[in-house]
Amino acid sequence: MGVGILVEDLNAWYGTTHTLQDINLHIPANHATALIGPSGCGKSTFVRCLNRMHETNPIARATGIVKMGDIDIYNDASPVEIRRRVGMVFQRPNPFPTMSIYDNVVSGLKLNGFRNRRILDETVERSLKQAALWEEVKDDLKKKSGASLSGGQQQRMCIARALAVDPEVLLMDEPASALDPVSTSKIEDLIFQLKSQYTIVIVTHNMQQAARVAENTGFFLNGKMVEFDSTHKIFTNPRDKRTEDYITGRFG
Amino acid sequence: MSTQPLSNQPRPMDFESGSMRRNTARRSATNYFVSGLCILATVLVILPLVAILFYLIYKGASSLNLAFFTHIPAPVGEVGGGMANSIVGSGIVLFLASLMGIPIGIAAGVYLAEFGRGKTLATAVRFTADVLNGVPSIVMGISIYSLIVVQQKHFSALAGGVALAIMMVPTITRTTEEMLATVPHAIREAALGLGVPKWRTAISVSLRTASPGIITGCMLAFARVAGETAPLLFTAFGNQFWSFKLSEPIAALPLQIYVYAISPYDEWHRLAWAGSLVLIVLIMVSVTLVRIFANRGVLKGGS
Repeated sequence: MGVGILVEDLNAWYGTTHTLQDINLHIPANHATALIGPSGCGKSTFVRCLNRMHETNPIARATGIVKMGDIDIYNDASPVEIRRRVGMVFQRPNPFPTMSIYDNVVSGLKLNGFRNRRILDETVERSLKQAALWEEVKDDLKKKSGASLSGGQQQRMCIARALAVDPEVLLMDEPASALDPVSTSKIEDLIFQLKSQYTIVIVTHNMQQAARVAENTGFFLNGKMVEFDSTHKIFTNPRDKRTEDYITGRFG
Repeated sequence: MSTQPLSNQPRPMDFESGSMRRNTARRSATNYFVSGLCILATVLVILPLVAILFYLIYKGASSLNLAFFTHIPAPVGEVGGGMANSIVGSGIVLFLASLMGIPIGIAAGVYLAEFGRGKTLATAVRFTADVLNGVPSIVMGISIYSLIVVQQKHFSALAGGVALAIMMVPTITRTTEEMLATVPHAIREAALGLGVPKWRTAISVSLRTASPGIITGCMLAFARVAGETAPLLFTAFGNQFWSFKLSEPIAALPLQIYVYAISPYDEWHRLAWAGSLVLIVLIMVSVTLVRIFANRGVLKGGS
């Protein structure tokens, strides 16, 4: 089951650039939360702070409190532990090119030393079914390389890979922006089904997508969170003038 | 604002017009010319190898027989004899060199590419590797002579292996670094995002993805030192008899070729040619074998 995320006074920097400024936010458990805003507004940096991927860049740093359930992720746990509990799907599908479909899906388990054949088999089937890819690939799980799939299939395989380690939170950084409309709608269906079991945070440039999949939406602008509310409220009756300008297409 | 219909205006990609047709002809002429230059360069690259190979076959093949591969060198004045001990000796020394040089070289390359970005130590390692690459092999031989042979008070196969290993390291380190740099960052992020520790990501993801190129680098380094004579002169020293002990002087093909080639006897000159042919063929066979196995995935490091 998913857990809620509480963010207090989060600030992040790349070198001397102050990319995130005083973010305060509560992301509810087992719901999809969308983050919208123009390019470079800090949405991606924000989700990367939620699984401590931000700090893999040597010039990046962050301050503030991020709590996942009871755990303060910056003080109570190592980044490796946090990343096992918070799955991430990236903008471009990034399968491991040397691995089969099977190995790609269970790479999170295998690379952490997990070897039980029967459980690995079950995990592959469960995760691929969750990612709605099972029927398409079940006959060449070990024959085909993960990189031989189409872009949309690769992205669903990456979602299966993230789900295979049984995370509580799933971060998706523009998961459909490199995909065609059919693949995009498959990914959206998926998010819709997965949100009953996982807390989902999705960064998107596509406002219709945010409206379709998310209960709550946050609007980011220039490193600040301008507004956070129910998706319905954001898109019909935003409190802030800048949010209204953005969603009506006046800038960005 | 033009009121003319669009079709009457000159278009940039109008294939019907004369100028466009002339352009196309010029472009395809250039294309043929450049392709021709590339093919010529390829031929020029292959030519020396083919020439050397044929000359070696011409000079050496006649002296090749079963005895060459089964007997040790005959004493001065006797005919016959072979290089069996040199072939095995070369194998032992090269195996020792690979055993030491390849792991150290790859490990240093992984450090440079995955952990040492922007660190002073990495800059120092990179500089050292480049300088080491340029150290003449005879200097390497003398250095190992004073560092190991003089200390142990005798020549040894081990000293020869160390000398060749040190010559292999810089090539392997730099190729490993270059090959790891071509692995997309997104793949590392995928692994880190799954909660895989950084060291495991470096080995099981980055290194594995780059393995075909790294294997090529190792093969280059191997082939380069396989024919080295100078570093072995003062270390492995050479041996006219069988020796399998690492602590004793050992025969090696390049050394034996050298000894025979500077001798005054025609019979020995012929054996030197035969030895050279065997050396080149053995290098080609081992490189090809590794490539076949690497392509089959045997060396790609199973997960």
